[in-house]
Amino acid sequence: MIEGLAALYIFMLAGFTGYEIISRVPVILHTPLMSGSNFVHGIVLVGAMIALGIAATPTEQIIGFFAVLLGAGNAVGGYVVTERMLEMFKSSDKGSEG
Amino acid sequence: METIIQAAYFIVAVIFIVGLKQMSSPVTARRGILWAGAAMVTATLVTFLNPQIIDDNQAATNVGLIILAIAIGGGYAWWSGKRVAMTDMPQMIAMYNGMGGGAAAAIAAVELLDATSKASNSSSTIADVMGADIAVLGILGAIIGTISFSGSIIAWAKLDGRLNRSRLLPGQHFINAIIAIVTIGFAVSIYFSAGNLAPIVIFFSLALVLGIFITIPVGGADMPVIISLFNALTGLAVGFEGYVLGNAAMIIAGIVVGSAGSLLTHLMAVAMNRSVANVFFAGVGTETGATGDGGEQGEMKEIQAQDAGILMAFASQVVIIPGYGMAVAQAQHKIWELTQLLDDKGVSIKFAIHPVAGRMPGHMNVLLAEAGVPYDMIYDMEDINADFQTTTVALVIGANDVVNPSAKSDTSSPLYGMPILDAIDSDNVIVIKRGRGAGFSGVENPLFFADNTKMLFGDGQKAASELIQAVKELS
Repeated sequence: MIEGLAALYIFMLAGFTGYEIISRVPVILHTPLMSGSNFVHGIVLVGAMIALGIAATPTEQIIGFFAVLLGAGNAVGGYVVTERMLEMFKSSDKGSEG
Repeated sequence: METIIQAAYFIVAVIFIVGLKQMSSPVTARRGILWAGAAMVTATLVTFLNPQIIDDNQAATNVGLIILAIAIGGGYAWWSGKRVAMTDMPQMIAMYNGMGGGAAAAIAAVELLDATSKASNSSSTIADVMGADIAVLGILGAIIGTISFSGSIIAWAKLDGRLNRSRLLPGQHFINAIIAIVTIGFAVSIYFSAGNLAPIVIFFSLALVLGIFITIPVGGADMPVIISLFNALTGLAVGFEGYVLGNAAMIIAGIVVGSAGSLLTHLMAVAMNRSVANVFFAGVGTETGATGDGGEQGEMKEIQAQDAGILMAFASQVVIIPGYGMAVAQAQHKIWELTQLLDDKGVSIKFAIHPVAGRMPGHMNVLLAEAGVPYDMIYDMEDINADFQTTTVALVIGANDVVNPSAKSDTSSPLYGMPILDAIDSDNVIVIKRGRGAGFSGVENPLFFADNTKMLFGDGQKAASELIQAVKELS
């Protein structure tokens, strides 16, 4: 478990990390990168699985089920569209047949 | 077992950060997403070993439900993600993002319901049961996630053409403010409540409505900013719920996305000469008097494709400026064919992309990449603007506001102050355009009346085909 002050440090360092990553990105990659970061917060799937895993009542199970469903949609959809976009980026050096 | 799981989450978090870093260069971007994908699969598989899940007395049912939900949600997303057209990418990202926000909110709902039953059994408050820090962040994540969920769905519907209304209701901002205040009031009451269901239900309903109301007035041109903002918000919500669950991977990944997304939102707003607050509180088109007065007009000079083709074939340098109109006309493949023909004739060709070309920053690059244009032919605004002085022909296709010189000179123009591509500095400007109307923002474009500008009227794809024909006939 992560608690109190330790969590605060994690929040801060993660915040700076995100800032650093974006500030050096060329505009041409903004859309793929937004899509990529959209995929990364698909990690919510893990939390959704735990929420459904510990669900006790039927109501909690229904909500937990939707959490996992939506989380899986975020993760899988985010991956598929990002991968499709990045796949198309190629340099003219190594063969540029369209 | 617990240690192994935590170690796996730690590695996953590191790979996410490295993966995002790799996505910041076109050379390594592909590798970045593949690594991040592998990390996500690892995180998912490891979670099945979590003792909280395995040791639960309903483990068999719940694990079954988890697998079923992943199959349905993941299957649908895979199917839709594989077949969406590149032009429709922005709304797809909005939808997947909304799903993430909804998942974060649902996690909070499960935790709050769980705490509610515990609180009513032990006659204490939710804050006591969950712990003050967890309760605060959990409820905050619930608000943010829910707003991101309903707001993203509206953004998706608007970009997908299912919802065309961008008007402001009378007193809309006032109503929004009231709803926001009442929502926060219920959030506070949940924190102190001793296991009542009603406040939780009302709280989530209000947050849903708030997300819808915030997004409805936003104009189509501002949608990228909103999507990016919701992306950041979802990240934040995921980070907060990660704290509730004590999951380091969720905290790190969520907060990294939250901060990266916030910066990206700001960069986009700056590129569009708007502030983030401005995007929310004034939709384009609902502002009164935002149309400009047109100013001095003049005569548009028409050119035939034949002549335009010859002009370009014998140019020393051609710069192509594509806008969203090119994508709508599906002309990017023809444009790339034209580019190759001109390249064979020894013409130096570059593509110039304005930061807000397309529906999102970088969207135009994706559309050109799809047509096969290599990324080293594509230049950002800062890198290309000086080149227009030495350019023989600037070919503008489907773009308008991003080459409007009144953004530089006319202080009364709503575009004033927006950085533009200096196409007007070229020896010749050829504008491929459907009709004589004004651009997306409704502002007249003096470039179209300039002495060195010729208009090539017609559908983008058809015009590009005619140009190809004209260039081919020369050889």
